[in-house]
This record gives sequence, C-alpha cells and structure tokens, in this order.
Amino acid sequence: MGYHLNFGAVWRDFDLLLSGLGLGLALAIVSIFIGCWIGLAAAFAMNSKHAFWRRVASWYVTAIRNTPLLVLILFAFFVLPRFGIRLGKVESFTVTLSIYAGAYLTEVFRGALLALPRGLREAGLAIGLTEWQAKVWIIIPIMLRNAFPALGNNFISLFKDTSLAAAIAVPELTYYARQINVNTFRVVETWMVASLMYVAACYLIAAGLRFFERRLAIPR
Amino acid sequence: MVEQGTLLYEFWVSRWAILQGLGTTVLVSLLAIVLGTFLGIFVGLMLVYGRFASRFVVRMYVDFVRGTPVFVLVLASFYLLSQIGIQLTAFQAGLFALVVFCSTHVGENLRGALQSLPRGQTEAAKAIGLTFPQIFVYVLAPQALRQALPAWINTATEMVKASTLLSVIGVAELLLVTRQIISRNFLSLEFYFLAGLIYFLIDYAIERAGKAVERRVALPS
Repeated sequence: MGYHLNFGAVWRDFDLLLSGLGLGLALAIVSIFIGCWIGLAAAFAMNSKHAFWRRVASWYVTAIRNTPLLVLILFAFFVLPRFGIRLGKVESFTVTLSIYAGAYLTEVFRGALLALPRGLREAGLAIGLTEWQAKVWIIIPIMLRNAFPALGNNFISLFKDTSLAAAIAVPELTYYARQINVNTFRVVETWMVASLMYVAACYLIAAGLRFFERRLAIPR
Repeated sequence: MVEQGTLLYEFWVSRWAILQGLGTTVLVSLLAIVLGTFLGIFVGLMLVYGRFASRFVVRMYVDFVRGTPVFVLVLASFYLLSQIGIQLTAFQAGLFALVVFCSTHVGENLRGALQSLPRGQTEAAKAIGLTFPQIFVYVLAPQALRQALPAWINTATEMVKASTLLSVIGVAELLLVTRQIISRNFLSLEFYFLAGLIYFLIDYAIERAGKAVERRVALPS
C-alpha cells in the first residue's frame, strides 16, 4: 500500500470544486424548470382526444427514456452544428438535459393527472370556468402538489446526471475532479472529496425537499 | 459489393467494429446485471434482517453509492483501485462500478418490496409452524419478488444505459467504437443515430420482455 493521504492539493482547488458543484446545481434547476413545461405539455398530449398527439407524446417518452443520456449529449453537441445550430457546450447540455428531464416528468405528470378525481374538472366547468381555466386554476395546482415527491426524486437524479456534462468539458464538479486528479495525482483524496460533495449535496436537497413536501401536502 | 462512397458502404465497412462494440456492451451490461443482482439480494436482506451494526454499515454503503453519480463511480473505480494496489483493466474497473451501482438499486428495491408485505403474512406463517427459512422461501420471497420485478427491469435498462459511461475510461464498447468510427469518417449524425437506435432497441426489448414476464407471473385477480 504505502499511500499517504494528503488533502493539501485538493483543498487548494476546493473553490474550483465548489464552483463546479454550483454550476451542476444551476444546470439541474434550469433543466427541471424547462423539463416541467415540456412534461406538462406532453402529459396533456397523452390524455388528448387526438390519437396523433397521443402517439407523438408516447414516442417522445419511449425514445428518450430508452436512449443513454451520454449518447443524447454527444448527439446534441456534435451533430446539431451540422444543421447550423451552433450552441455553446453549456447551452447544448442544458437543452439535452431539459429534453431528457421532460420525458421522465411526462410520466410523473401523467400518473398524477390520472390519479385526480374526474369531479375536479367537472366542478370547475360547473362554476363557469372554461376548459383552460379549469386546467390552470384547478387541475394543475392540485396535480403539482401530488406530484411533488416524484418531482423531487427526479431533480436529485438530474443533479447527479449533470456529472455527464464533464464528457463535453462543461466545467462542473466531475470535470474539475478529473482535472485535479490528472494534475496532482492525489487520486484517492480527489475522488473521496468529489463523491462526498455529491453525497452531501444530494442529502441536503433531499432534506429540503422533505421540508417542502410537508408544507405543500394537502391536509386531510 | 456495396458501392464505395455511399452511406451504406460506410456502415458496411464498420460492421465488425460495431458488432464487437455491441458485444462488449451486451457482455458488460449482462455481467453487471447478474453480479449486481446477486450482491443486491444480499444488500436487501441485510437491510431488512441484518443486526443493528451490519444494517448500519450496509445502509451507509447504499446511501453513499446512491448519492454519487454513476459517472463518478466509474471514474473513481478506474483511477482509485489501481492506486490502492488493486490492478484492474479498464473493463474490470468499469464493471466493478456498475456492479456496485446495480447492487444498491436492487437492494433498496428488495427492501421496499419485503417491507411492504403485511405483517399478517409472517404471523400467519409462524402460526402454522413454519421456521424462518421456510417463511422466507414459501411466503415472503414469492410475493416480494413479484412486487420488485417492475423496478428490477427498470434497473436492467438503466445498466445498459450506464454501460455507455465506460467509453470515457477507454472500454471499447458500442459508444466508444462509434466515436472512433466518427473520428475517421466524420459522419457524426449517421453513426450517433445508429448507436442511439441500437441502445434504444436493446432497452425497448428488455422493457417489452419485462412486461410480458410481469403479465405471466401476475396474481390472477
């Protein structure tokens, strides 16, 4: 063995690791925000009267969920420029992660929509709301509260998925960890600190989500 | 046989490389699922029936691994294991990370399934005089496995997708082979699409087969 732990090299670049963690969180937040809109649209499309929209939405979900995220990331980064769509690496990754999140959130929202009693929409129509108003003011708020725990789990896994951004050199936590690893060869320390940072962040997010879950829960 | 310069020709030239990459992907995913499931069953049983100390250790293991991205697990096991004196090839190091990842998912899944069974099941089995191993084999396991099946199939598709991460540490699986081919002929759209399609077909097949098995083993209602 003869390996002596020396965290000095890692502490020296700790602010880099922290900024990487921040970028990862920011990427996850932006992606889940855009993904929620995509997911809402696709979930309503799945319950739509028109077979065409149902098919489009279900193909979108099936295709994205069964393709590895890394393939999607590389595809967006290397192929889109061939069609004249030039995005920076951060933008390209955000777009990919949002589309990826949208597919998973569609399933979440679809399940939550199915769980709502039909009476809600009917009661809304009965008091004179239009279909849209009933959706916006009654269905969606209640559905979101029911879907919140699943939404939180998806957010945590999205945050972990931001580590893949390192594959296209987006400077987030994993990217800096690899850089420090290569520059200093403090292998054990680097990966220990990096994975502990992920674990701690996930733990804090989970604790925060549980807090909001209690606040948002529909009282019975 | 196929005209040179066409797209079909490019696919034809790379057929053996792609098949070889596909073979590695299938092999590594299969090994990860099988070994990870065995380890995961052990993890799940420890989480439910372990004594306090061992349960605590296993819980720490599961929480730590599940809080870390798979990509970090793969990189860490590739760089770290050799550093502490365990010499592994990239393939073995990647496989190790995937097995660890898979075991925590299977373990949590099994724990959830076992704990969701009503207590009355165990009590009734005790009342008719079964020993614990008998209770487990004849009463708990059949019900728990049925309940854990959908999530297990999901984990299996997840492993196929996670195997792409091994391309980063230089395991020549489907994605790395695809990237090598693209760096030769620059047909990024066509070959990434092909790789994506192959992964999709594998996962779609697993999902479909899983649904079929679920229907077969479902309790008649």
